[in-house]
Amino acid sequence: MRRGKPGTVIAFEAAKTRNLIRAAYEHPFAIRFCHWLNSVSLLILVASGLRIFMAFPSFGPKVPQKDFLHVPRSLTLGGWLGGALQWHFTFLWIYVATGIVYLGYHVLSGHYRQVLFTPRDLPGVWPMVRHYFFFGHKPRVTQPYNPLQKLAYTSATVLGVLSVLTGAVLYNPVQFSLLARLMGGFHWARVWHFAVMCGLVLFVVGHLIMVILHGWNNFVSMLTGWKKNPEYLP
Amino acid sequence: MDWFTDERDFKRLSRRSLLKLTPVVLVGAFAIPRLRDSLLEKGLAFSDWASSKWFRAGHAAPTYPDSELAPLTQFPLNSYDVDDPEIDLGSWTLKVSGEVQRPGEYTLAQIQGLPKVRQNTRHICVEGWDVIGRFGGARISEFLKLIGADRRARFLYFECADDYYESLDMATAMHPQSLLCYEMYDQPLTRGHGAPLRLSLPTKIGYKSAKYLTSLRVTNVLARKGYWEDQGYSSFYGL
Repeated sequence: MRRGKPGTVIAFEAAKTRNLIRAAYEHPFAIRFCHWLNSVSLLILVASGLRIFMAFPSFGPKVPQKDFLHVPRSLTLGGWLGGALQWHFTFLWIYVATGIVYLGYHVLSGHYRQVLFTPRDLPGVWPMVRHYFFFGHKPRVTQPYNPLQKLAYTSATVLGVLSVLTGAVLYNPVQFSLLARLMGGFHWARVWHFAVMCGLVLFVVGHLIMVILHGWNNFVSMLTGWKKNPEYLP
Repeated sequence: MDWFTDERDFKRLSRRSLLKLTPVVLVGAFAIPRLRDSLLEKGLAFSDWASSKWFRAGHAAPTYPDSELAPLTQFPLNSYDVDDPEIDLGSWTLKVSGEVQRPGEYTLAQIQGLPKVRQNTRHICVEGWDVIGRFGGARISEFLKLIGADRRARFLYFECADDYYESLDMATAMHPQSLLCYEMYDQPLTRGHGAPLRLSLPTKIGYKSAKYLTSLRVTNVLARKGYWEDQGYSSFYGL
């Protein structure tokens, strides 16, 4: 049996309906594998991170302490600060490893070209926003990722990198003192780390809504790699 | 179009693709309580190992001008710390044992006789707060010289007048900013801050800077790692 490469398009006849179906291999194994492992680790990192935050739920001084927000226990993981730190310090490595493989694969394979947001995509963002949020007409789909998707996935990747860098400063502010200084010191790195987390959570929420709206065929493509009758095929 | 096939073939192709993802399910091991604890312990140990690898003996923690100091009154005392062990400061000594040439009891005057270091450094608590304070004392490395410690030993093990205890790796102990601290803000340590002697370790997380020190053992083997470490916190936790 032949193997799919990203971009491979095959055609087959549906046994029952006799319709000709085309399928494109959109997501190579490395990307799918990293996607799922990274999603699990992100979920665990957010939940344990919130528990860690609850040990000092403030961005001000300790004395006097003014709490910024209280996260319900049910949204957190780890039970107590020490337990949450264990989850965080374990899954950060899976998160970083899948992130590196994901980025490395994109760069080495050239796959990034279809998803990296560039200034050329800028004019296409507004029409997609109008379509999704204000019921505007749907712009013609000519490529696997539309400009708004590119913007979302590129931003999420940047946020992912920032989450690791701000986290590194929180974990080892002395060894990464140069990075710490860039971020305005340990204290601000903690604010950035939290802000980046919020950004990632927003992305995930938007992402999940889109996945639900786009249905089963689209969802399955992140499991098998293959998408049946994608719109962008001429 | 790259090739034609039939539906059965496509389904087989998809199924094989899907099955290759099954290793992801291994993360489910973390849902099994017995496996979870040992996996998380390994994860924490791996983090400790990594952070001990990028610890640089010659790299100083940032120091700050006096204008950035938090006032002593705003230097936090965790509720745990205010249980004053009521040390008799007059008869206090530090009991030294283990891999040292000159074991025995050392007085505060002997420690204060070593070159004094004063530094404004950031104290970072595992809870997430941080505070810049002024610490004064003797370098641990100087004290190790005084007691003739074997520097090939792996750890320093401290016991405190309360039920706290702590361990420190030799590399961090030898760091020039690691202090046996007897002053804060140019005043003798107050009882709340660990009088008469505490650690001040700008390259370690806060809970490593133990207060109310009573004994030091230089050792290769640790029966206990530390008050918090033995409850599941990181034992290296370098900053």
